Amino acid sequence: MNSNFHWRPVLRALPDLIQAAFVTLEVAALSMLIGVVLGLALAMARDFTAPAAAPARWLAVAWVALARNTPALFQLYFFGFGLGAWGINMSPLAIVLAGLSFNNAGYLAETFRGGFRAVPAAQMRAALSLGMTRMQAMTRIVVPQVLRAVWHPLTNQMVWAVLMSSLGMLVGLHELAGETQAQASRTFRIFEYFAVAAVIYYVVVKLLVLGARLMAWRLFRGWSPA
Amino acid sequence: MSNTVTYFTGFRGADLLFLAEAAWGTLKLSALSIAVGTALGVGLGWMLAELRATRPILVPLLDVFRSVPLIIQLVLFFNFVPMIGLGLSPFAAGCVVLSAYAAALVAQVARAGIESVGRPLRRAARSLGMSYGQAMRHVVLPMGLRTVFPAWVGIVLGVMKDSSLVSVLGYVELLRASQILITRTQEALFVLGVAGAFYFLLSWPVSWWAARHEKRWQQ
Amino acid sequence: MIQIENLHKKFGALEVLRGIDLAVNKGEVLSIIGASGSGKSTLLYCINGLEPISEGRVLVDGVDVHARGTDLNRLRQRLGMVFQQWNSFPHLTVLENVALAPRIVRGLPRAKAEEVARRQLEHVGLGDKLAQYPAALSGGQQQRLAIARALAMEPEYMLFDEATSALDPELVGEVLDTMRMLAAEGMTMICVTHEMGFAREVSDRVAFFHQGRIEEIGRPEEMFGKPRSPKLKRFLAKVL
Ligand SMILES: Nc1ncnc2c1ncn2[C@@H]1O[C@H](COP(=O)(O)OP(=O)(O)OP(=O)(O)O)[C@@H](O)[C@H]1O
Ligand SMILES: [Mg+2]
Repeated sequence: MNSNFHWRPVLRALPDLIQAAFVTLEVAALSMLIGVVLGLALAMARDFTAPAAAPARWLAVAWVALARNTPALFQLYFFGFGLGAWGINMSPLAIVLAGLSFNNAGYLAETFRGGFRAVPAAQMRAALSLGMTRMQAMTRIVVPQVLRAVWHPLTNQMVWAVLMSSLGMLVGLHELAGETQAQASRTFRIFEYFAVAAVIYYVVVKLLVLGARLMAWRLFRGWSPA
Repeated sequence: MSNTVTYFTGFRGADLLFLAEAAWGTLKLSALSIAVGTALGVGLGWMLAELRATRPILVPLLDVFRSVPLIIQLVLFFNFVPMIGLGLSPFAAGCVVLSAYAAALVAQVARAGIESVGRPLRRAARSLGMSYGQAMRHVVLPMGLRTVFPAWVGIVLGVMKDSSLVSVLGYVELLRASQILITRTQEALFVLGVAGAFYFLLSWPVSWWAARHEKRWQQ
Repeated sequence: MIQIENLHKKFGALEVLRGIDLAVNKGEVLSIIGASGSGKSTLLYCINGLEPISEGRVLVDGVDVHARGTDLNRLRQRLGMVFQQWNSFPHLTVLENVALAPRIVRGLPRAKAEEVARRQLEHVGLGDKLAQYPAALSGGQQQRLAIARALAMEPEYMLFDEATSALDPELVGEVLDTMRMLAAEGMTMICVTHEMGFAREVSDRVAFFHQGRIEEIGRPEEMFGKPRSPKLKRFLAKVL
């Protein structure tokens, strides 16, 4: 059975694949960055109570519902074909970035809401009673604790973003999966190419998780349990 | 079903049927994978929780399913099967991969559920004269089920969405059907809107049913 | 001096404080006792502006706490507060817990702020815990940490809201001792407390709250020895 496999061409392409893995990482990281900013905004918008802010609140609710209840590929298609219908034609990179960021923001909005709820109101009160401004209390007391509360889900979302970015293959982006597909279709050694890609994904994900754990250990060591 | 139509036509009533049929495909694929995946996953979860010796093998193995993109898993499996001289339809291959994927997720959750029922409680059940099997069936599983039910529902909804990836093997599920229709009708927004509505229709009852159960259990 | 005039406070339709008049002089220790829900905590929150009021005035050294232009952050530096739930900041070491506010609120340089913090922590008996995180402290130690944190702002007044009632019985003593020490040093204190022994022994005056009003106020000997109002009698019979 071994004779059925041909690994040499894949190994020759390995540098290209590794290069593409960096594209994957960049896309995932960038979509996380955008997702965090938008997710924070959505989380805040969802808790607006002023009647004038109702449109913002509804936008946030709809965004979160769509992001969580439709497939990521659907969201990608929306930015690909859907916007195309309005004459907005995006590059594969833009489509994947937009799709992933949209998805990340929707999930992270809920994560952040939970994170802020995990910090007792008494912490804010205690900080204010010391004469801190709301801003100081927020940045020095509340946000660091929120960061710890969301660290694990944030890591998961990053892993998820790396995995999801493989959808780039379906819209012509040459991230790891896309590059693999392109190379594989040239040589017809589809299994071998994708097997190597799988290994690279596995390694990338494990390294990410390990890095996040190390950072958490450095950042949150000794803190009280949440 | 042909996806090589080369002319553009407007969206017709028959197309809605086409989408509905594809949605049925999505439903079949997900339901089957979730059923198989849950059964397998509970078994694996039980092994992880109760047979410590299996952990060094099972934990890293199941981890692979969560660390490699599903789309890659699908392509790999679909291309591996013919190499060992077998043939599988895209639907069957999709089912196998999705089931394995679901099983890996369920195993983790099931393990947590079993472990959430503390040793003292299980000892109490045994002290009442229950056998291991009885304690498992009447105490550990029902109680563990409650704690992990929301996580399991999350997996169900996730698999439903992830089933869209089987389109990469050529199986015409909901999203693939939408893509075909978009190419033909050029009415992307409308078609995607309908497809999105279908996804909501598929996941909404599950969410609703889950929320009702959770509420009932909390009382 | 803290002056409270005709203070009313409503939460929606619920009137929690129903006309409080009270003056606390410099150097005085006032204990507030009363049943749960009678509005004791709310009064403290109104004094340092953590809760808005519905009617009346609160003056701290002549400054109207709830007036529009009042700089609350500035005012709160004069009013240290210790809460029932020791809310130490879990992400900061013991030293940082105490040094943070002097640094960012009072604007002290780091070294100076840490010196102040170290002094206050030694004062409450936590001098050997500086590098620990609050997670490693007992409840009583965390509560003393909270006291040191408030003291590091060098406040004129200290407000204690049932500082001992969330503690295990064996830890109450160490916190009360710290509060006693402060009283002996001449700190002006308002202590909401369920510790009748403490109220009797340390306070200059005791106020009994009942349903949002001060039902009776006086010297501890009178309050505990010959209470006049039947409600206070009943309350004391229950708690003593
Ligand atoms: N933020 C709030 N919103 C609505 N009602 C409140 C709020 N805070 C307090 N209350 C109500 O006001 C009343 C007085 O509360 P407060 O905490 O001042 O009582 P307390 O005398 O300190 O009682 P305890 O001894 O239990 O601490 C209670 O009935 C409480 O339910
Ligand atoms: Mg209170």
